[in-house]
Amino acid sequence: MKLLILLVVVLGLVAAVQLSKIYQLSISLRGKREEEISEADNRMNGGLWLVFMVLFYASFIVLLIRYGDYLPPSASVHGLAVDQLMNFNMAIIFAVFFLVNTLLFWFSAKYYYRADRKATFYSHDNKLELIWTVIPSIVLAVIIAFGLRTWNEMTGEAADDAIRVEMYSKQFDWTARYPGNDGEFGLANYNLITPLNALGIVTEEGVESALEEIEVKIAKLEDEIAYEKGHLLDEREELMERLHEDDHGHGHAHTEHDHSGDANHVDQDGHDDHADHGDHGDAPHNGLKALLESRISEIDHMLESDKVIILTEAAYEAKEDKLYRLKRHRTRIMEIGEFNFDGELSAWDAGRDDRIVKGEFHLPLGREVEFVFRSRDVIHSAYMPHFRTQMNSVPGVPTRFKMTPIISTDSMRMILDDPDFDYVLLCNKVCGAAHFNMQMKIVIESQEAYDAWLNEQDPFLVKEGEEESETEKATAEVASENITASL
Amino acid sequence: MGDQAHHHEESFVSKYVFSQDHKMISKQFLVTAIVMGVVAVMLSVFFRLQLGWPGESFAILETFLGKWAPDGVLDRNAYLALVTIHGTIMVFFVLTGGLSGTFSNLLIPLQIGARDMASGFLNMLSYWFFLFSSVIMIFSLFVEGGAASGGWTVYPPLSALPQAMPGSGMGMTLWLISMVLFVVSSLLGGLNYVVTIINLRTKGMSMTRLPLTIWAFMVTAILGVLSFPVLVSAVVLLLMDRTMGTAFYLSDIFIGGEALDVTGGSPILYQHLFWFLGHPEVYIVLLPALGISSEVIATNARKPIFGYKAMVGSLLGIGFLSFIVWGHHMFVTGMNPFIGSVFVFTTLLIAIPSAVKAFNYITTLWKGNIRFSPAMLFSIGLVSTFVTGGLTGIILADSALDVNVHDTYFVVAHFHIVMGMSAIFGMLAGVYHWFPKMFGRMMNNKLGFVHFWITIVAGYGVFFPMHFVGIAGAPRRYYEYSNFEFLNGVQDLQPIISTFAIVGAIGQLFFLFNFFYSIRYGQKAVQNPWKSNTLEWTTPVKHLHGNWDGPLPIVHRWAYDYSNPVHEEDFVLQTTPPLDGEVMH
Repeated sequence: MKLLILLVVVLGLVAAVQLSKIYQLSISLRGKREEEISEADNRMNGGLWLVFMVLFYASFIVLLIRYGDYLPPSASVHGLAVDQLMNFNMAIIFAVFFLVNTLLFWFSAKYYYRADRKATFYSHDNKLELIWTVIPSIVLAVIIAFGLRTWNEMTGEAADDAIRVEMYSKQFDWTARYPGNDGEFGLANYNLITPLNALGIVTEEGVESALEEIEVKIAKLEDEIAYEKGHLLDEREELMERLHEDDHGHGHAHTEHDHSGDANHVDQDGHDDHADHGDHGDAPHNGLKALLESRISEIDHMLESDKVIILTEAAYEAKEDKLYRLKRHRTRIMEIGEFNFDGELSAWDAGRDDRIVKGEFHLPLGREVEFVFRSRDVIHSAYMPHFRTQMNSVPGVPTRFKMTPIISTDSMRMILDDPDFDYVLLCNKVCGAAHFNMQMKIVIESQEAYDAWLNEQDPFLVKEGEEESETEKATAEVASENITASL
Repeated sequence: MGDQAHHHEESFVSKYVFSQDHKMISKQFLVTAIVMGVVAVMLSVFFRLQLGWPGESFAILETFLGKWAPDGVLDRNAYLALVTIHGTIMVFFVLTGGLSGTFSNLLIPLQIGARDMASGFLNMLSYWFFLFSSVIMIFSLFVEGGAASGGWTVYPPLSALPQAMPGSGMGMTLWLISMVLFVVSSLLGGLNYVVTIINLRTKGMSMTRLPLTIWAFMVTAILGVLSFPVLVSAVVLLLMDRTMGTAFYLSDIFIGGEALDVTGGSPILYQHLFWFLGHPEVYIVLLPALGISSEVIATNARKPIFGYKAMVGSLLGIGFLSFIVWGHHMFVTGMNPFIGSVFVFTTLLIAIPSAVKAFNYITTLWKGNIRFSPAMLFSIGLVSTFVTGGLTGIILADSALDVNVHDTYFVVAHFHIVMGMSAIFGMLAGVYHWFPKMFGRMMNNKLGFVHFWITIVAGYGVFFPMHFVGIAGAPRRYYEYSNFEFLNGVQDLQPIISTFAIVGAIGQLFFLFNFFYSIRYGQKAVQNPWKSNTLEWTTPVKHLHGNWDGPLPIVHRWAYDYSNPVHEEDFVLQTTPPLDGEVMH
């Protein structure tokens, strides 16, 4: 259907082009010059400006009536001031929009070219120009003053008794964290993020489990690297050669000996027992021979194992890189652990009772809430249009925004006459393929309902073991596929 | 015979390819920009199909995009790539390289009375870097993983981490390389423009007699020379973050199941660097269009431009202010609110010189004798879009209001009207107006009229309803909106917007046909078809290397003596000496 419409339009265009060709031919026959635009053409274009103006204004008004008031009244306190400011600015903008566009279109229509008249030579008028410099300046001064007043109110310090909620963003969902009964958030560190500790909250258990997990990953990767078939075969061949030479040429013993040390260095990380032999500079040749033989038989053994894998050189190097990075990660986790044993930080324990919620989060009516935004991967933006609230969530740089909800979800459903209405938090900074569906439901309810809901949420450490969601695994997998693809 | 052919070919190369003549380089820029513009428009039609009719299958998408649109439905990652490359091409390649490259090159020597640019060689290099970077940008559409997809601003960490999305792989690297080459082109051009304007004006061409086009090009070039190097820094640091393991923009990141070894960088630093160019860039795009329209409006209204000195002053004012407003793109990044207030103040100040310009244009039309050439129609259209789009800037500059419309369709509407439509209108006005100077032939007016009216109706039809979509809370760069019930009410605007976009895109065929057809078959131009005052119309229709046959012209008056009552004709060439007793401006 759409294609058909497209086809019709294209054909129409072709027809128009053909017509214009004929037209052009005819005017060139009559000897008319392109630059001499006829009075009829000038009058037509002048008139079209008026037609355009009428259509433009009419569609503006239709849009205004139908869609102008689309977002419901603000559900937050500062939002009321924002809406007021918006209306004030809009009134000014509308006035200028109609005034200037009308003058423009009207003058265009009125003063179209006629050969018998000459334009009025009017090159400047200081008084007039002063007027339209000063008036906009005054209007803008007012706009700036009102705007900054509202801005300062919005961005001031949050009250001491404000509820604090951490909004944590990652591709492609939101997590909310409430402090536990101690009223304090636990520290968080991105190095401690594991499937069980999605926010990287710092606790002794957190450090231990992160360390455990990374050890498993490192061991697995080391295994893969050790069992790469191509490298095993290469090593075996080299060892065999050395063994062979060892039997014949005693004169070269020393250089060869150094070489064998190098060969064993290849998998120094995985098999320290072999690498150590490189130091035995004065070992008798029989010892070296035994060593080489034992490594060869070990390699033969490994080659028969079903753990053997075949990798391209690039993939092998990528694994070595990854191993290096994982070890760096392990060091960083250990540094956090050491920090724990030295200090007496209460924040180490503060995280244990934090409440972590997904899918939806609740806020009490009429209480100020201060959001702290943190991000795991890329920049996201927490956008709550019904509360006139937005703040970027930036990895490495925590940000804040405060607001006070004043219309409960139930009341808003009544106002909108829509029993299914829900407040929502959207992501408003492009963050990847599923950006358009990165959302979280917001529920505004009475203090009692809120308290009851919050008490139902399990403290962080109790929940351990059931945290990882399917989507998270999927995302991680997709992301790691991307790495391989790009490598 | 073979010898002859060889000789012919060589002259073709030196004339059309490695030309150092500013008029030929100008045409090279224009044709490259038109090709890039066609690509960018097509990309926008592709993603508008998805936005207008989400999930519906379009055979045309599969035809053009192949595996990016399996079964005719646009892929999510491909959608972001299209949006990103559309923006990049339009902002940089069409409206910066294309607009300044074409008209600064064509008009600066001709309108100031110079034989060529200060350095023809640098000028040629400028074009070649531009072409090279254009080719790389187009090529990036075809690499594994697709083109850059993080939006035309390519904010890190999204753009820095190949793990974050497919478009942050090879495509992103090429984007960055292309951008560095583009900046080289822009700097070579810009330095040349400034030097030429300052040093090579002919006798009598004082700064206060310069046509407003030249003033606009000069301010534009200065903005570019001062701000583009900062973009290079931003881009090079990003390249290093991507390839060398540095962490200028990265800190505390866990992605793809791995905690990255990066600390201490700041993604916000990139935004400061980017927008330090990014905001002047808006005026780099807009000012040449305003310069062109000043010239076209005065010529076709047969009246002097009203308030010449105020027009120059407001150009300089806008140029200066554009350097101290970049933070208004970052009100919701967590930037210190006090610094936010400063940016509110400086940003809203720009409205004053802008208002002066708008009122001066309108007064120029008042009691004029308006000849509606296609160029004039586009220039009047420009004034309308400049005002309409500029006004919504007042909302976005007000930090308290920006919070709720930041990154929504309201922003998309705002900058497409004030920057996109205005600058494109200025560029098209320039093409229609100076086509006879460039190609020695006339474009067809009737096709021009049809082109203009389709373009302005479709343009407003696309972008005006977007204000309402944005105010309802619809974020930009969303693949579709069906996951949000509260946006259902404005969803019926999307197919309307897309329809206008398709109509507008097809309407451009009138221009393309007219342009390429007229190069070969258009009516032969006379020396001064629009009865204009400026020097370019004193050169012969057939191009000469060195522009004027004899000595350089001598200038006796400003560029805007239209309908001067002292003179009989309604125009007076700048080379006309004063009449006895004439009071000069």
